[in-house]
Amino acid sequence: MLNIKNLHVSLEEEDKQILKGVNLTVEAGKVHAIMGPNGSGKSTLSYVLSGKEGYEVTEGSADLLGEDLLEIDPEERAALGLFLAFQYPVEIPGVGNMTFLRTAVNSQRKARGEDEMSASEFLKVVRERAKSLKIDADMLKRPVNVGFSGGEKKRNEILQMAMLEPKMCILDETDSGLDVDAMKLVAEGVNALRNEDRGFLVITHYQRLLDHIKPDVVHIMADGRIVKTGGPELALEVEQNGYADILAEVA
Amino acid sequence: MTLAQVKIDATEERLNTLDMPQEGWSTAAREDALVRLRSMGLPSRRDEYWKYTRPDTLVQPTAPDAAVLHTDEGPVFDTLGRLKIVFVDGVFSADESDDLTLEGVMIERLAGATADIHWAKGLYGVLENNGQNPVERPLAALNTAYATDGVLIHVTGTPSKPINLIYRHISTSSDAILHHVVKVEKGANLTILEDGPAAARLNMCMEIDVADTATFHHVRAQGRDHERRAATHMFARLGTESTFKSFTLTANGVMTRNECVIELAGDDAHATVAGAALGDGDFHHDDTVFITHDAVNCESRQVFKKVLRNGATGVFQGKILVKAGAQKTDGYQISQSLLLDEDSQFLAKPELEIYADDVACSHGSTSGAIDEEALFYLRSRGVPVGEATDMLTLSFLAEAVEEIEDGTLAEEINERLAAWLARRRG
Repeated sequence: MLNIKNLHVSLEEEDKQILKGVNLTVEAGKVHAIMGPNGSGKSTLSYVLSGKEGYEVTEGSADLLGEDLLEIDPEERAALGLFLAFQYPVEIPGVGNMTFLRTAVNSQRKARGEDEMSASEFLKVVRERAKSLKIDADMLKRPVNVGFSGGEKKRNEILQMAMLEPKMCILDETDSGLDVDAMKLVAEGVNALRNEDRGFLVITHYQRLLDHIKPDVVHIMADGRIVKTGGPELALEVEQNGYADILAEVA
Repeated sequence: MTLAQVKIDATEERLNTLDMPQEGWSTAAREDALVRLRSMGLPSRRDEYWKYTRPDTLVQPTAPDAAVLHTDEGPVFDTLGRLKIVFVDGVFSADESDDLTLEGVMIERLAGATADIHWAKGLYGVLENNGQNPVERPLAALNTAYATDGVLIHVTGTPSKPINLIYRHISTSSDAILHHVVKVEKGANLTILEDGPAAARLNMCMEIDVADTATFHHVRAQGRDHERRAATHMFARLGTESTFKSFTLTANGVMTRNECVIELAGDDAHATVAGAALGDGDFHHDDTVFITHDAVNCESRQVFKKVLRNGATGVFQGKILVKAGAQKTDGYQISQSLLLDEDSQFLAKPELEIYADDVACSHGSTSGAIDEEALFYLRSRGVPVGEATDMLTLSFLAEAVEEIEDGTLAEEINERLAAWLARRRG
């Protein structure tokens, strides 16, 4: 589903290389996790894939369902089926959460040439999906993420994911700033979306999120490259020994 | 202080083009206003109060031409129940207006009101005169002296619907001077809606006396004709526990100066003045506000937002004056601009002058661009860049629109804002 080949990325502002040849394939129905120390390039990878400005791809490619991601705008990537759950979801005062969600859903449908969702149909679906994430009517009415707690923001990300029904979900440090209960709730939301047509790329610092969202494949990223790939046991190894041993081993 | 000869000449040159209407009851007030005007002279670009806005075209003897906008967009407030009072190029149109009867309100036309209207006589030019100190407002004095039309609205109850003043612009060279007087008696309530460009050049003045526990709401849309010019003044005096709320939408207009002068004269009164302005290209918009707190425990809010692009200019001059003894004053003022490119500019002069010691006053003024982080967030969810920019622009304007108390009216204004932005998205 997602094919990343030899991806090299620099910062536009300063001549600094962040990704130095990333190779990664995520198949439909699979959950891949990327772990790695701070500054290894994990978040940069998620931003480059979703089309954030400020990065320059100097070499390599990234395709989603055979389409060249790097050539199209962020909104086109979204309509194609890419979704990024932000590490720090943005607050947007003055735009109601519900209005935002409906605009997003219908923009994507329009871009794909599908019929827009009617207001009543949308309302029905959003209420049902919000309920399982313990998002109440008030949170839906409030401006996007404004005054939300850390946990509420992350749940709101998962609600967006549930409404947009993407094919490829990237979760960027979704566990950061969450207590155990909030993390369980978010993980349940993610697990409910797992199916054989959907791929996941879970970026995390710690193993604990992977206790709840069980990965099929675990990658270790360091200094802009994937340096080791293995099964779920690799995450446990990190948990027990830290990154130092693994990095020393591959060095 | 003696006036410079050039100022005297410019003023007389303008006055030569005008005839003072002779209407009995208002004559004394008009003549007084003319004396005031001659002592001040019309504004010139060297005046401190006109530092950011060139008054030339508002002052010159004849109005510069302004093309009439033809649009498919229906009039604002068209779907609402309201009493319509229509002016065409500054002249009352009985044919297009509703019958001027509404329970709880007496409405009379200014022009031709020759009988002695006692309540109006006590206000016409009076609030304007009060508002001349400490800052001179010569265009308002000119208005009082030479206004040719307008309405006198006396409110004693709570009418079932708002009064909608509709200003149609038909002639490319029309030059209108309108003066309205509104008196809301104790415990009474009124909503006034205004819509339209009015004329190629408009000088409009509204005096509003809001008695104890009375309420006055005002929502205005100034019309989208690009070349129109307008200088408007609102002078309000607020009694104890009264409420005054005014909101203005300005989309387009080569020259707009909206002045609002409010005196909180009774304790526990509330005043809000808000505005959203949208300018693209040859657009100059000036909000000048002066709020005087002269009573205890009053609250005032000034909330102004401007969206500017392609070299448009926005101006804000806002002052809160808290007089000695006006304790427990709560004054709030914010003026912000969203600059959609680097050619546009926003000039702001916020002022606080406080002579009481137990007050809370805050003010803020900012200029900024669209938030790139928020834009990326919306786009990453599939919202196209144009629509996402509009959403963020509306979100920027929301704080001003939210000052409109009536949700239906706020929605109406929001639709206009969204439509203006959508037209520019192409």
